[in-house]
Amino acid sequence: MPSPPDSTSRDVSADVELIDVTKRFGSVTAVDHVALQIERGSFYSLLGPSGCGKTTTLRMIAGFEQPTSGEILIAGVPVAGVPPYRRNVNTVFQHYALFPHMDVARNVGYGLRQVGVTRDEEQRRVGEALDLVRLSGYDRRRTWELSGGQQQRVALARALVNRPTVLLLDEPLGALDLKLRKEMQLELKGLQQELGITFVYVTHDQDEALTMSDVIVVMRDGRVQQQGSPEALYERPVNRFVAGFIGQSNTIAGRLSGLDLDGGMASVETPTGLVLNGRITDHGARPSIGDEAIVAIRPERLEIAPGTPSPTAGWTSVAGRIHQETYLGDQTEYRLATDLGQLVARRAHHGHAETTTVRSGESISVRWPDDANLVLVA
Amino acid sequence: MTDRTTPPPRAAIDRAGRWVDRAFRIQATALYLFLYVPIALVVLFSFNAGNRTGELRGLSLRWYQVAVEDPFAMGALQNSFVVGAWTAVIATTLGTLAALALQRTPRRIRAVFEAITYVAIIIPGIVIGIATLIFFVNAFAWINPQLAGIWAAIGAGAPPTIGTGLHTIIAAHVLFTMAIVIVLVRARLAGMDRSLTEASFDLFASPLRTFVQVTLPQLRPAIITGALLAFTFSFDDYVIASFVAGPGKPTLPMYVFSSIRRGITPEINAIAAMVLTVTVTLLVIVSLIYRRSSRIAAAQRAAATADAAAGTS
Repeated sequence: MPSPPDSTSRDVSADVELIDVTKRFGSVTAVDHVALQIERGSFYSLLGPSGCGKTTTLRMIAGFEQPTSGEILIAGVPVAGVPPYRRNVNTVFQHYALFPHMDVARNVGYGLRQVGVTRDEEQRRVGEALDLVRLSGYDRRRTWELSGGQQQRVALARALVNRPTVLLLDEPLGALDLKLRKEMQLELKGLQQELGITFVYVTHDQDEALTMSDVIVVMRDGRVQQQGSPEALYERPVNRFVAGFIGQSNTIAGRLSGLDLDGGMASVETPTGLVLNGRITDHGARPSIGDEAIVAIRPERLEIAPGTPSPTAGWTSVAGRIHQETYLGDQTEYRLATDLGQLVARRAHHGHAETTTVRSGESISVRWPDDANLVLVA
Repeated sequence: MTDRTTPPPRAAIDRAGRWVDRAFRIQATALYLFLYVPIALVVLFSFNAGNRTGELRGLSLRWYQVAVEDPFAMGALQNSFVVGAWTAVIATTLGTLAALALQRTPRRIRAVFEAITYVAIIIPGIVIGIATLIFFVNAFAWINPQLAGIWAAIGAGAPPTIGTGLHTIIAAHVLFTMAIVIVLVRARLAGMDRSLTEASFDLFASPLRTFVQVTLPQLRPAIITGALLAFTFSFDDYVIASFVAGPGKPTLPMYVFSSIRRGITPEINAIAAMVLTVTVTLLVIVSLIYRRSSRIAAAQRAAATADAAAGTS
């Protein structure tokens, strides 16, 4: 069993800490100088496309891979060279990895048997764990007779029954259908809050990450792009990748024509001569006038009105035409052909019948406030 | 233009199809009759009440009793069981260990050893027989004088000599049945989900406990199948055994073969029928084990992929 954190442990508020961790497989760098502080009791998501290093990061925390350089601390204790079976972390595997030759109860009790709890206690805790995932009465079922969702719950119970410091989840909902996945997202989040265990959750699904996480780490090519709360990532993406990966964005390319680094503001001039004013989201960036930059605007910030644009202070207005209109149930998406290229706008319906008078093909004006402009310099 | 694409009448196609079906059915029936009628005749004639193999004069278990009471036949049967059982145990143990070792070997070396394994299965029995006999003769010619020397040196009296016997048959049988076990266990290992071992590590089980609690149970069908097949091949083998057997210790196939030279008696038929029963029983067990384990694997795969197929990612 893993040893409890001793008096030399460094930072007790962080359950898992990665200090400048790099992992190379031959000539491929899977994880590149990653530093993370995963706080106790938080729901932490590693988000990124496949091959971004998120699973390798998880496997290093679990102990299946050793970092090439850097250090990992679990509950304040360095774990270099500690094998997975001596780490007090448990994993929910992508394809569950349930033992086919054992029934549900034997699967769930596996970890307890390895550390030598009594038979009575094993039975009691297995029962509790199955209750927790709403699978009471399934003790004697063969795992391969269960549905995917039920197998998922068994895998969860098998990990949680050990009361790990940290629970690692490797795309656990990837194999479930959409409806079940939505249900399980809420259930997982509920469980995490109820138990107060730190969850480290690997996913490539941005909706999933936004729904459940306290903190999201966006990774790409082995590097951390940005980490923060879902709101922070959505409202203030620091670069084009994050803006595109978390939610949808309209992007307008141009060059920096004005800078106020102290105020975090910038002006971007588009090739058409339009000047957009907005916030620089990346506080660490040190751009200079004339650099290429991108202005990102969320679709829901665009306002559409019939007629021609009338300039207003603090707003950008452009003329355009509705190219396509897509009804999405709770909202309608408009594809607009404008002087700045194609833009996407979204309007939520608020229960009552739409009073909009704009229709496909019609000339309209699009406008948005300056605070919707996110100036991305990378 | 003439319409050459007009299809022939429906009825003509059906008729032709029926003829093809019938021809295939006749051919298949003939083939199976050719395969199994001789064996069925052996079994049938083993129940012959008469004295001669050629003519059936009522049914009885008379010749089974003769066979069971024949000390030479029963001695040979016992030899065969001893050889088969030891072959199964040794070949399964060594073969499983070899398969596990191969799993951890660098790919290039593994390819060489896998090729060698297949060769051991393909080599004709007669070659194995000759090769092992020559090896044993030479080995004993070297070892026995050494033993004599040691015994003389310590003054322990008459030195033991090692010669051919059941143990040499076992050694030769292990040689090729082990290769079969390796192939079976390797296939099972290759198909095993690596994440099962990782899950076991993740749940605090040491490598040794993981091997006992996860890897070995996963390999069990392959190991049992390998043992049964090793026994069957050993039990059936005549060629290799006839080369390396010691004097006066024949296996059952060797006894049967030598009896035939004195003429086929219904007793031989009874012995053949008994051997057939043992072999067929074992093979049925093997196929049942395989059916079961592949059914479970299929169910697991179905459960794992059904939801994935329904998913929208």
